[in-house]
Amino acid sequence: MKILVCISSVPDTTSKINFAEGDTKFDTNGVQFVINPNDEFGLTRAMWFKEKQGAAVHVATVGGAQTEPTIRKALAIGADEAIRINAEPTDGFFVARQLAEVVKNGGYDLVIAGRESIDYNGGMVPGILATLLDMNFVNTCIGLEVDDSGATAMREIDGGKETISTSLPLVVGGQKGLVEESDLRIPNMRGIMMARKKALNVVEPIDAPKLTNDQKFEKPAAKGPVKLVDAENVGELVNLLHNEAKVI
Amino acid sequence: MSVLVYTESDKGKFKKNALEVASYAHKVAQELGTNVTAVTINADDDASLGNYGVSKVLKVTNDQLDTFNAKAYANTIAQGAEAEGAKVIIISSSADTKFLGPILTAKLNAGYVPNVVAAPDSTSPFVVKRTAFSNKGFAHTEISSETKIVGVSNNAYGVHENTVSASVESFSPTLGDSDFTTKSIEIDKVVGKATIADADVVVSGGRGLKGPENWGMIEELAEVLGAATACSKPVSDLGWRSHGEHVGQTGKPVASNLYIAIGISGAIQHLAGVSASKTKVVINNDPEAPFFKAADYGIVGDAFEVVPKLIEKLKEFKAQNA
Repeated sequence: MKILVCISSVPDTTSKINFAEGDTKFDTNGVQFVINPNDEFGLTRAMWFKEKQGAAVHVATVGGAQTEPTIRKALAIGADEAIRINAEPTDGFFVARQLAEVVKNGGYDLVIAGRESIDYNGGMVPGILATLLDMNFVNTCIGLEVDDSGATAMREIDGGKETISTSLPLVVGGQKGLVEESDLRIPNMRGIMMARKKALNVVEPIDAPKLTNDQKFEKPAAKGPVKLVDAENVGELVNLLHNEAKVI
Repeated sequence: MSVLVYTESDKGKFKKNALEVASYAHKVAQELGTNVTAVTINADDDASLGNYGVSKVLKVTNDQLDTFNAKAYANTIAQGAEAEGAKVIIISSSADTKFLGPILTAKLNAGYVPNVVAAPDSTSPFVVKRTAFSNKGFAHTEISSETKIVGVSNNAYGVHENTVSASVESFSPTLGDSDFTTKSIEIDKVVGKATIADADVVVSGGRGLKGPENWGMIEELAEVLGAATACSKPVSDLGWRSHGEHVGQTGKPVASNLYIAIGISGAIQHLAGVSASKTKVVINNDPEAPFFKAADYGIVGDAFEVVPKLIEKLKEFKAQNA
């Protein structure tokens, strides 16, 4: 089985978000970039398939040279090869088109992408990719088994979970649950050294339209100070929620 | 060239988000000088959508679609859009529509913006406001393609009554085996309880509750309020509650009218996940907990003393206002 894990390079979850150039761009100053957490769960699941079922695992990202440390980390975790598509990932449709080209040329059986990146939160790349390639697709995937007879995936639904039976080739939009948080891997020194010898192929993007464009960003409005209620006077909170906030 | 809206239903009954997206579609149609057509799938009371501005319903009745199937549903909506010549399609941001949205997008070669929190800034060019950076910011995004898909966040726009007369027409999409290459084999869903995705009120517990055995009071408080229950990331990591209840940047986003955080200190990732909620209440015995800076109302106190009192006071309130 040949697996492609799609990786986004995103601001660390503790990052403070600021905007620059008249609020038209995300301000990357002082921001640490990491593997998108939803992709990291997928990468770890792919490593499991590699170790238990002998799968080959490649990773791909759409991004400039600045994303190479992130994708090198994926190699250090154990991916066999990396592909960087040399373009700015400005639009979900554009990114999916680029990745579709990689999947088509690479003959992958399984593609795992995070259900969404934690920066632009579009959540559309895996589904567009699957549809462009006419592959099966399961989103918000929290469990995945693959054997000779096909694939069984579990997905999170509103208020529960659903088990789905399907076949390869398959695209999953993965998230926490594909593996446990405690199973996520930290690259060790051997992995880091080996990653230096692994292929990181840079390919140029294909022509693809951008169908959406972020014109401007803004931060949420500043909030007033908290109104504290005495722990001995809990009834006052009920009063405030009813008469002031009007939410009960 | 109507605005097309997909109105989700569950066991024949429209979900709250269906009425919200219908209301949103009506607003967009007014701006564009056109009408709203809804696609419904195995819904019962289709004509009731007229109360929310829908003037025409494409009613799909198909046993194969009794269980949600993203590809088949997306194909159905795409065929509805083509039949109506619709160039603007409105859907919700539920788990199911976020599953089918990208498929629909690829089928129609349409720009898609999910997590939209307000009526369009403008319709020419078509610009919408959406959450980004896991609720730490907003983006104003232009959809430049001919066909446009807008995914409206739950509880963001609200349900607005706009009464028109809705005509209901049967609509039979052409579906084949290739639409059913994934099969649902089991659904494990809590029934009869509000879910985080569409609850007006969410009651959430953190590590301050000390163990899963103490969740009884969280559930009782949620029951009194008709709320969904949720938890912080450490709680789901510890296995006290399921992943499905984990609220935050890598868990579920919450956009409720009222979010009550109990024993949650307020890590930046958790705050990002709940910042779209309108009113936030925090109960914590640490007055320095970061959540107090993000909350509207707070009580510094022991949750094991405060929460039972709050349940009691809410029961009294409900009895008086019944």
